Amino acid sequence: MSLLKIQDLKVYFNARGKTVKANNGIDLEIRENEILGLIGETGCGKSILGRAIVGLLSDNVEIRGKIVYKNEDILDLSEDRLRKIRGKDIGIILQNPSAALNPVLSVGNQISEIYRYHENMGKKEARIRTAKMLEMVGIDPKRMHEYPHQFSGGMKQRVMIAMGLALNPGLLIADEPTKGLDPTTKDKIVDLICELVINRNMSLLLITHDLGVAEKMCDRVAVMYAGEIIEIATIENILSNPQHPYTQDLLNSRPKKGLKPTAGESPSLSSPPAGCKFHPRCRCVIGECPKTHPQMIETENGTSVRCFLYEDN
Amino acid sequence: MKKLNDIRNILKEAGNNRMAAIGGAIVILLVLIAILASLLSPHDPFEQKLENRLLNPCFEYPFGTDNLGRCIFSRLIFGTRYSLAIGVVVVGITASVGTTLGIVSGYSRGIIDETLMRIVDIVLAFPGIILALVIAGILGPSFLNVVIAISLTHWPAYTRLVRGITLSLREKEFIEGARALRASNIYIMRRHILPNCINPIIVLATLDIAHAIIFATGLSFLGLGIQPPTPEWGSMLKAGIPYFRISPHLTFFPGTAIMVTVMAFNFLGDGLRDMIDPKINEIILVSE
Amino acid sequence: MTLLSVENLKKYYYSGVFNKKEIRAVDGVDIEIKSGRTLGLVGGSGCGKTTVARTILRLVEPTDGSIVFDGRDITKLRGREMKNLGREMQIIFQNPETSLNPRMKIYDAILEPLTIHKLCSADEENEKIHRLIEIVNLNKELLFRYPHELSGGQLQRVVIARILSLNPKFIVADEATSMLDPLVQAQILNLMKDLQEKLGISYLFISHDMDVVEWMSDEIAVMDKGKIVDWK
Repeated sequence: MSLLKIQDLKVYFNARGKTVKANNGIDLEIRENEILGLIGETGCGKSILGRAIVGLLSDNVEIRGKIVYKNEDILDLSEDRLRKIRGKDIGIILQNPSAALNPVLSVGNQISEIYRYHENMGKKEARIRTAKMLEMVGIDPKRMHEYPHQFSGGMKQRVMIAMGLALNPGLLIADEPTKGLDPTTKDKIVDLICELVINRNMSLLLITHDLGVAEKMCDRVAVMYAGEIIEIATIENILSNPQHPYTQDLLNSRPKKGLKPTAGESPSLSSPPAGCKFHPRCRCVIGECPKTHPQMIETENGTSVRCFLYEDN
Repeated sequence: MKKLNDIRNILKEAGNNRMAAIGGAIVILLVLIAILASLLSPHDPFEQKLENRLLNPCFEYPFGTDNLGRCIFSRLIFGTRYSLAIGVVVVGITASVGTTLGIVSGYSRGIIDETLMRIVDIVLAFPGIILALVIAGILGPSFLNVVIAISLTHWPAYTRLVRGITLSLREKEFIEGARALRASNIYIMRRHILPNCINPIIVLATLDIAHAIIFATGLSFLGLGIQPPTPEWGSMLKAGIPYFRISPHLTFFPGTAIMVTVMAFNFLGDGLRDMIDPKINEIILVSE
Repeated sequence: MTLLSVENLKKYYYSGVFNKKEIRAVDGVDIEIKSGRTLGLVGGSGCGKTTVARTILRLVEPTDGSIVFDGRDITKLRGREMKNLGREMQIIFQNPETSLNPRMKIYDAILEPLTIHKLCSADEENEKIHRLIEIVNLNKELLFRYPHELSGGQLQRVVIARILSLNPKFIVADEATSMLDPLVQAQILNLMKDLQEKLGISYLFISHDMDVVEWMSDEIAVMDKGKIVDWK
């Protein structure tokens, strides 16, 4: 069953006089109890999509389309209602915990603030809940009086996870939760998020550029390129039978597959190429590619792909 | 072309920041007044007509006359030159000296840094006006001595600011990269550190011009600055005090001139800070 | 032929004023790198691998040990000789976004090493720069932009072009691709390998990603707590 449904989402904003089409017609469904990976390179618009879902984009951003969560369109909600939903129904783990945590508030305070605001708890009760939360993410509750700078990168990430899960949301959005962590810490954070999400019967939207992390965690994966989704499939299909040439290149760029390079740069979101946005870098361009914008096509094994190569099926 | 665009963007920003625009406009106006003083003033600022003493503002003397029958309007116009000159010269000296010391201090660290920063602490520990009074008292009152007195008290602000920026820049990879290229320390300070300090220095300098002007008029007011009959705003203010009851315009107009000038530079400086400070200006979205 | 041989390299830091604490960032490291080969150096964060790199380049002064580069001990070099060393050994940093002066255009950034070492006259510079950006496959439209207008991959190419202008024999790559996207990482690593084949450059390739190090290196040293604990 679907928990969150995004329909034809467009997020545009102006930067230096140009319209940046950060998300250009996103259709995506997050099902109950699933871990969905959103994979893409820097600047493909994946973090913006994550922020759009929780309504964290600033006012000068133009948003069109629908984001339906439990029969409510998030884009129609008032700021008040949105603030209630954020955290309680949809939690988010922001990128870069060093910047997301307030340096002048103790870690414990930052978590208990959530309880006090959302659930009108008293100080004592909030503190007990905070301690439980910290314990759950593997931090000694005694450290709740310490400040963010006293925590290592991995520990800060754990704090962010505790904050994202504090109100037991039905959906968690994790934006690059393993970025900048060394491999051992990364594995631990991956295990922790998996365990918590599965135990609590939640859904997770994992935004990452790291295929390895996606492989370990995800049930399904959506691949994003230049503001649109170009392939959605189960992780098994993505790994063993990738359809879109970009997805194939992405897999071949891994060290295990010999780090095969793909020529060219990702296009800018303000002036993407016409037709298929990947065609200037693509190995298998056919006549249609530079001219027409491809639609999503479902192939036999249930993969959806935005590519003319699969048109006939 | 790129530079031109930058300037255009700043002007566009200035349009959005009304306070900065007002401040900037007044500053430009003041500069024009200072340059064109002899054309704009209806009378000779030194000409004494004792029969016209203490006239109220009228058609011939827009701001009235002072106790020696001189045209206050003309004197104020010429006074703009002194105030702006002091502001610009003082800031020119303090900003360049302070910045140099700040970069050297932050970049070399160790004993040089320690020594310089202790000197900064000592200068900052003195109340500025008293230190300036002492210096002006020893050197005697004159334009040059006012500049020296204010400069000696104002440079530490730049040193502190620039040292802080330098310390954080020093950790950046591009500085380490330049060291790996075996560029000389002087080269690194000049080509890599200085250009990255310029924006905050400009903000501080603009605010500091206002501060220097008020400092200079303060010294004149206390009789230690530029001396009469030179039409300096501070000394005009002082000269008007005995006539405050009967002819308040003697003090009102110089006072207003000081206030407007200082405010203009403050508005401009604050506005520039908002425009330049990346933290305020950052669009969260683009940081993806 | 051995290009670089490091013996018993140590770097200790001291912290605290009264109760001096000794931190042994590098504690007796021996490394040998052959001409035209790559040594991979792996280890978790804080194991001292970055300090090793910086000490070899003498960006940080070693506490003890010898660094023999191309037949001479470089730990005591000064002045002119030290400056010339800059032409022979270079470094690529982890974060491309802070590796270039934000107020310097790409053209000037690439030109900078040549000016510092007085390797190029004014009428040659244009041609030299165009040849360099061709080698690293960088679009010449980017030459007159500022670093913040370029992507991480493009910036890392600029950094490589800059270094190549000096014709170095040895390059330290300190996590040079760990902040890049997978496709870009593949491009940069392939570029580095091509350059090695063409120009015979030796690398000290530092990373925490074992798979990448394995692909890139001829030999691998594993570091932990300031010491080399394993060779592969």
